Amino acid sequence: MPRKTMVEAIRDAMDVSMQRDDNVVVFGEDVGYFGGVFRCTQGLQQKFGTSRCFDTPINELGIVGVAVGMAAYGLRPCVEIQFADYMYPAYDQIVSEAARLRYRSNGQFTAPLVVRMPTGGGIFGGQTHSQSPEALFTHVAGLKTVVPSNPYDAKGLLIAAIEDNDPVIFLEPKRLYNGPFDGHHDRPVTPWAKHAQGEVPDGHYTVPLGKAAVRRAGTAVTVLAYGTMVFVAEAAVADIGIDAEIIDLRTLLPYDLETIAASVEKTGRCVVVHEATLTSGFGAELSALVQEHCFYSLEAPVVRVTGWDTPYPHAQEWDYFPGPARVGRALKAVMEA
Amino acid sequence: MSDQGPLSFHVPAPAVRPGGTPDFSDVKISRAGLVRRPEVDVAPEDIRDLAYSIIRVLNREGEAVGPWANLLSNEELLEGLRHMMTLRAFDARMQMAQRQGKTSFYMQHMGEEAVSCAFRKALEPGDMNFPTYRQAGLLIASGYPMLDMMCQIYSNELDPLKGRQLPVMYSSREHGFFSISGNLATQFVQAVGWAMASAMKRDTKVAAGWIGDGSTAESDFHAALVFASTYKAPVVLNIVNNQWAISTFQGIARGGSGTFAARGLGFGMPALRVDGNDYLAVHAVGRWAVERARRNLGPTLIEYVTYRVGAHSTSDDPAAYRPKAESDAWPLGDPVLRLKHYLIRQGAWSEDRHKQAEAEILASVIAVQKEAESHGTLHSGPHPSARDMFEGVYEETPSHLRRQRQQAGI
Ligand SMILES: Cc1ncc(C[n+]2csc(CCOP(=O)(O)OP(=O)(O)O)c2C)c(N)n1
Ligand SMILES: [Mg+2]
Repeated sequence: MPRKTMVEAIRDAMDVSMQRDDNVVVFGEDVGYFGGVFRCTQGLQQKFGTSRCFDTPINELGIVGVAVGMAAYGLRPCVEIQFADYMYPAYDQIVSEAARLRYRSNGQFTAPLVVRMPTGGGIFGGQTHSQSPEALFTHVAGLKTVVPSNPYDAKGLLIAAIEDNDPVIFLEPKRLYNGPFDGHHDRPVTPWAKHAQGEVPDGHYTVPLGKAAVRRAGTAVTVLAYGTMVFVAEAAVADIGIDAEIIDLRTLLPYDLETIAASVEKTGRCVVVHEATLTSGFGAELSALVQEHCFYSLEAPVVRVTGWDTPYPHAQEWDYFPGPARVGRALKAVMEA
Repeated sequence: MSDQGPLSFHVPAPAVRPGGTPDFSDVKISRAGLVRRPEVDVAPEDIRDLAYSIIRVLNREGEAVGPWANLLSNEELLEGLRHMMTLRAFDARMQMAQRQGKTSFYMQHMGEEAVSCAFRKALEPGDMNFPTYRQAGLLIASGYPMLDMMCQIYSNELDPLKGRQLPVMYSSREHGFFSISGNLATQFVQAVGWAMASAMKRDTKVAAGWIGDGSTAESDFHAALVFASTYKAPVVLNIVNNQWAISTFQGIARGGSGTFAARGLGFGMPALRVDGNDYLAVHAVGRWAVERARRNLGPTLIEYVTYRVGAHSTSDDPAAYRPKAESDAWPLGDPVLRLKHYLIRQGAWSEDRHKQAEAEILASVIAVQKEAESHGTLHSGPHPSARDMFEGVYEETPSHLRRQRQQAGI
């Protein structure tokens, strides 16, 4: 099977979708001629023309605002925000408009659009190229929020997101674009070409929204993670040698409660890991869900391992990043509780 | 039913792409000295044409001509030349340091040195700039220590910003340089607010906002213009049109507006276009606008017409989207060479002295760099502590954050 990087898989998803449906259009800052600063849309303008893939002015509000208008007309825009850190000007269009259009018009108008954005740190990008704002989306009724962790899922989930009839926020962990980064930042990264999850079938397939994947079956403790943190959790589990079950959520909303609950009921212990800041992060929701649904199976309090409640620093990046050592300590603590 | 036929979708494109021959024939360049200099209290509606011409002082022969000339002495111009040469040498060294892995990121000014260096000399102590990442000349021309700039770039133990900020996102209240955000355009409107505050408190200070051509597309730009014009804020709003916004040419942001300066006309604001590679013109127009602001006559919008000779940043390679030789074809030349040429014609400078100055400047930049590196670079040597990461989020660190700091073992 062909192997692809995450960038290539994401590009392939748009390519396949644009071929299948003339209504799929792709645009954003530097997205057209150049093919995006991370090259996710490279070649799409050449292949599909400037009416299907084009550059926009630097105005995130405008990008999402026109996408809502186009989607209401009947197109399926898949737009790029250059970094998740730059989505704030678009937030009103996402929250007050895209998310609620179906509800407030009783289905007369809908917004089947995808907003793609690179997310997460680990590239010494400082506070404006590193943020993980997923909780700002999962808090909003009417949005779906997806965070893939590998090329196979990225392609299948993005095609599913484009075909979905509701607005989908598609967060791409930029640290995973070229390889499965496990948080050991001093070690070289294996490229996707050498990784099983880098195998990406040609053509059309989907990975359904709302379904988690069990990355590692185990009985001792459940680790809930998504994006980059899936590999960090795998590394932590390998480092300390523990029979953990690692669940890659893939879609944060709608979440896969069935898979989560089944696992925690089996293990009786749960660690939640994300790179975003702790307070009011998505981990708080997961922790509450586990408590509500699995309370009588729990042998220890749920523990969260996350970024600290500070802006993302530049020089202290690896002090901030919840790497395998911190995840490992949390796993041990939960086992000993 | 319409008999017009179907609609079509318009997407602007630059005249030339990689592989093509650079062509700036559509850039209409006014002859140096030709554009008039109105009184600072002129009614904005009487100078609408200035949004479409280009104010220039230095001509091809190296003379300073027309009504905007002769504001600066040769000594002041020699100082300006030195500032621009320093910025260029600084850029070259920091660009190289990034390539050597001593820092994560750098953004250079090549070709745009005159804009920030000359504008800075139009301000008074206490005035405040709200710069973008491409105005380090404001710091150099204000005497900000280069060591502090380098230590910020290296995120080392002397970094005034404690390693928290991306390289080149400097901040110096003392030198009238507001902290750079990294989110485009957000600070353009903050400059207006700072200026409004100065007026509200019956102060005498003025503010200067800065924005790139591409970033004028952000809604913040329009918010700045509406507030500035409504409250006649004492602010100079500077657009640096260097023709490119990463890979998109200026036509994407400008749209149907004839020029970026013309965006000010609908707000009833004086809007002037100036040759951004002409130190004398930049300074003269900057001074005109600063005086207007200081005399409580309200805001001015200025478009500096220049060209981004280098890559957008160290993460960018312009060969993918524009012809390689495009900068050579840029009709407004090199700001350093033009000022040098002028000063030589004045008899105030010579080729030899220029070469000597270049060597001296480079040597002094290298000396500062050595000193900076003795305090650490991003990946080696002394650096800000993890404790610095937890501090400064709030005035007083709240208990939840203190708990997290303890958890981190700090
Ligand atoms: C809100 C926001 N959107 C996007 C970006 C990414 N970005 C950084 S610089 C840049 C281009 C800016 O071009 P321009 O305003 O012309 O300034 P120049 O770099 O040419 O000086 C873009 C799109 C950003 N920093 N902030
Ligand atoms: Mg620009």
